[in-house]
Amino acid sequence: MIQFAFEVLIGGLLSGVMYSLVALGFVLIYKASGVFNFAQGSLVFFAALTFVGLLEHHVPFGLALVIMVGVMVVVGLAIERLVLRPLVNQPPISLFMATIGLSFLIEGIAQILWGANVRGLDLGLQDEPIQAISDATGMNVSKFDLSAAGIAAVLVIALALFFNRTRVGRALRAVADDHQAALAVGIPLQYIWAIVWSVAGFVALVTGLLWGARNGVQFALTFVALKALPVLILGGFESVPGAIVGGLIIGASEKLAEVFLGPYVGGGIEGWFPYVLALLFLLVRPEGLFGEKIIRRI
Amino acid sequence: MLYREVGQYRTTYQADAAIFPIRQDRIAMVALLVVAFVAIPALGSAYLFSAILIPFLILSLAAIGLNILTGYAGQLSLGAAAFMAVGAFASYNFVLRVPGIPVLGAFIGGGIAAALVGIVFGLPSLRIRGFYLAVATLAAQFFIVWALTKIGWFTNYNSSGVITAQPVVILGWHFAAPREKYLLVLAIVTVMALAAKNMARGNLGRQWMAVRDMDLAAEVIGIRPMRAKLYAFAVSSFYCGIAGALFAYTYLGTVEPEAYNLDLSFRILFMIIIGGVGTILGGFLGSAFIVILPIVLSVSIEWLDRSLHLSVPTSVASNLELIVFGALIVFFLIVEPHGLARIWQIVKEKLRLWPFPH
Amino acid sequence: MRDQPHARHAIGDVILRAEGISLRFGGVQALTDISFEVREHEVLAIIGPNGAGKSSMLNVINGVYHPQQGTITFRDRSARRMSTHDAALAGIARTFQNIALFKGMTVLDNIMTGRTLRMRRGVLAQALYLGPARREELEHRAVVERIIDFLEIQAYRKTPVGRLPYGLQKRVDLGRALALEPSLLLLDEPMAGMNLEEKADMCRFVLDVNEQFGTTIVLIEHDMGVVMDISDRVIVLDYGRKIGDGPPDAIRANQAVIDAYLGVVH
Repeated sequence: MIQFAFEVLIGGLLSGVMYSLVALGFVLIYKASGVFNFAQGSLVFFAALTFVGLLEHHVPFGLALVIMVGVMVVVGLAIERLVLRPLVNQPPISLFMATIGLSFLIEGIAQILWGANVRGLDLGLQDEPIQAISDATGMNVSKFDLSAAGIAAVLVIALALFFNRTRVGRALRAVADDHQAALAVGIPLQYIWAIVWSVAGFVALVTGLLWGARNGVQFALTFVALKALPVLILGGFESVPGAIVGGLIIGASEKLAEVFLGPYVGGGIEGWFPYVLALLFLLVRPEGLFGEKIIRRI
Repeated sequence: MLYREVGQYRTTYQADAAIFPIRQDRIAMVALLVVAFVAIPALGSAYLFSAILIPFLILSLAAIGLNILTGYAGQLSLGAAAFMAVGAFASYNFVLRVPGIPVLGAFIGGGIAAALVGIVFGLPSLRIRGFYLAVATLAAQFFIVWALTKIGWFTNYNSSGVITAQPVVILGWHFAAPREKYLLVLAIVTVMALAAKNMARGNLGRQWMAVRDMDLAAEVIGIRPMRAKLYAFAVSSFYCGIAGALFAYTYLGTVEPEAYNLDLSFRILFMIIIGGVGTILGGFLGSAFIVILPIVLSVSIEWLDRSLHLSVPTSVASNLELIVFGALIVFFLIVEPHGLARIWQIVKEKLRLWPFPH
Repeated sequence: MRDQPHARHAIGDVILRAEGISLRFGGVQALTDISFEVREHEVLAIIGPNGAGKSSMLNVINGVYHPQQGTITFRDRSARRMSTHDAALAGIARTFQNIALFKGMTVLDNIMTGRTLRMRRGVLAQALYLGPARREELEHRAVVERIIDFLEIQAYRKTPVGRLPYGLQKRVDLGRALALEPSLLLLDEPMAGMNLEEKADMCRFVLDVNEQFGTTIVLIEHDMGVVMDISDRVIVLDYGRKIGDGPPDAIRANQAVIDAYLGVVH
């Protein structure tokens, strides 16, 4: 029983890694521009779908990957230029609603371009238990999940280093804090935003590939964006480690709840449990685990 | 020339505070009501009532409800459809379990049930604001639909999960034909829209807008943000609840949780963005837009199909709808963030001066 | 000038007493052991260099900030943790340094919000409008219109406040505070950012409020000319401490005050 619980926990943690990846995309953009990019989910979907589409047109894997990086960067830049810049002085809620509109737009375009069928995506990683671990402990830990976790870890470390150790990273943090002040010290705002959106696009690509390989590339991928919200609430909107921790917590708790509480109430708990959890959490700590306390002055 | 205010002097505060202070507006409103209550029922087809006017009116009501919460009180909500569901199911259960209850009474009961649920899910708003609150409303959306599906009592242990709504009988009169349903919905929506307008321009509306604009300052002048917010949730959910009941009883004919999904919540949010956040008129304009747009799109695609002989697959059509919606949201937010209602206002201002340029 | 031939209310007893107020934000000590009294019908000015804690002091008086130590006694009601709602109910109103008007509403509606505490009709009555709710609305509208006349902003009553120039917004802020019919009015830099004419107008309004309605006024102000002209008493703050308390002439000659303003190192 304990072993089973542990297995569920590990499975949950690993699926939580996926949530963390999506949340990471949100955090990047929010950190740098204060915009909550609801369209991140649809970007993930678009990335995965376009990649699969390229593969179907017999573009070699490696080349497709390179092309995709380019495409996501271009898309990111286009969004920043066409949607966000005109709205730069509007209240955050308008920007948020604009990204909702954007998400619909991207979904529609992605599906018109490539069709709406569910596609499989083969990354060369198999979703089967790792022999060594199951021999040693009798638990099933998927090779795929572990590799995904590894990739995510690498990505997070790279991003953390980027933000904290490089000049561009410092500029990004400055921009996130205060646009005017950043301009005043000569930081090129547009350039910074371009970088941010490109990085977010890249993260969306990685996320899309991993998610798509795991669950198939389908429209439901866009609802992943919604699942990221509880993750962000737990972890705070501006914290990279927070996104990771939040994702792990949500993934684990969601699975555990479904497996252990679900049978008592007819199942399907996964659909709302993360949100209710986040809600309860907010009541206690409105700014999240890693968020900053907001002091309002008048 | 037609829209001159010259000679219309308002000499009492009462006259100045009227909903339509300008005589031409009053005439236009009366004409509109005559058309809606008399001309359309006489001339309209069943298709017009069932497919266009009834959903338009019902969703306008829901949009007004959401506008009260998100537009006037500034509390972002992504769960309007869930409160509609509560209204629908509560009405169903009232009719089912309270023998002899008048249908209108059941609807009001549904609205009150929705209001109570709204208050519960609105309690977090006392601590949480902005996007975080949106998450609370998402929790409501997912949880409520799940509960209505899973908990058998709500659906009277119906195995298929889809319940047929009971017939609407008021004072012995069967409201079965599309025309009759239209008139019933029209009457309800007109009364409730008027009530909403009265609330919005009175003390409650001002409290809501104060809390939206700067709640610290509102507190300092004696407004209690907590009460104002909870009232907003209650009234908004009441409106959505009644809309939900009408949705089930006069439009769908069935009471099912899946009809009140996240997609519907988003649609209603889009209605108020496009129609005009923080206005009553915006609810109607946005609803008209969102109800008519898919029809316009499919008709145009069909026409393009036939005249240019492109065979456009249906999947493209529905995706086109997504694209157009998304693009329009972005467009409106950039160009006219206050929506169609503001555009209408600008048109009226220009009309006042016409034919002079300024 | 204070010696104008206006019918003035004589300065009465103590209406507000602050005792031992200390306020801290995290590591920053905003106020240290501040005590003073305000007498009814007087005009009291709080002055001091920037960052001295003047706005914080006002915020403590009407309950926006709760001090860690000390009490505020207003008309026999003592409290350390008074809520802003109670302060408004007790008759304390204020304006803000950064205006804090409701940008989405018209001038009329903004001032009408000040009447909220006195409007009693419930949701259903308001939804119906005809009858009791309408009577109440029009009654308070009449009061607000008198305030609008007093402040000479009739032409702007239906304009959204976001569109008004700064000076007029400050007037609307004052109007909103007046709508509470306060016995104590706290003004946070009411003349900041105004030109000479606007300042003269604002001074006139402040004095009229004090003289006609007998409202006790506590104001924060940087313009020494205004302070010396219109106040009965002056309190000086520096780095969160009180360094002067007395009539304007005494303060003008107070060495500690002069040092604070000229920046002598302590």
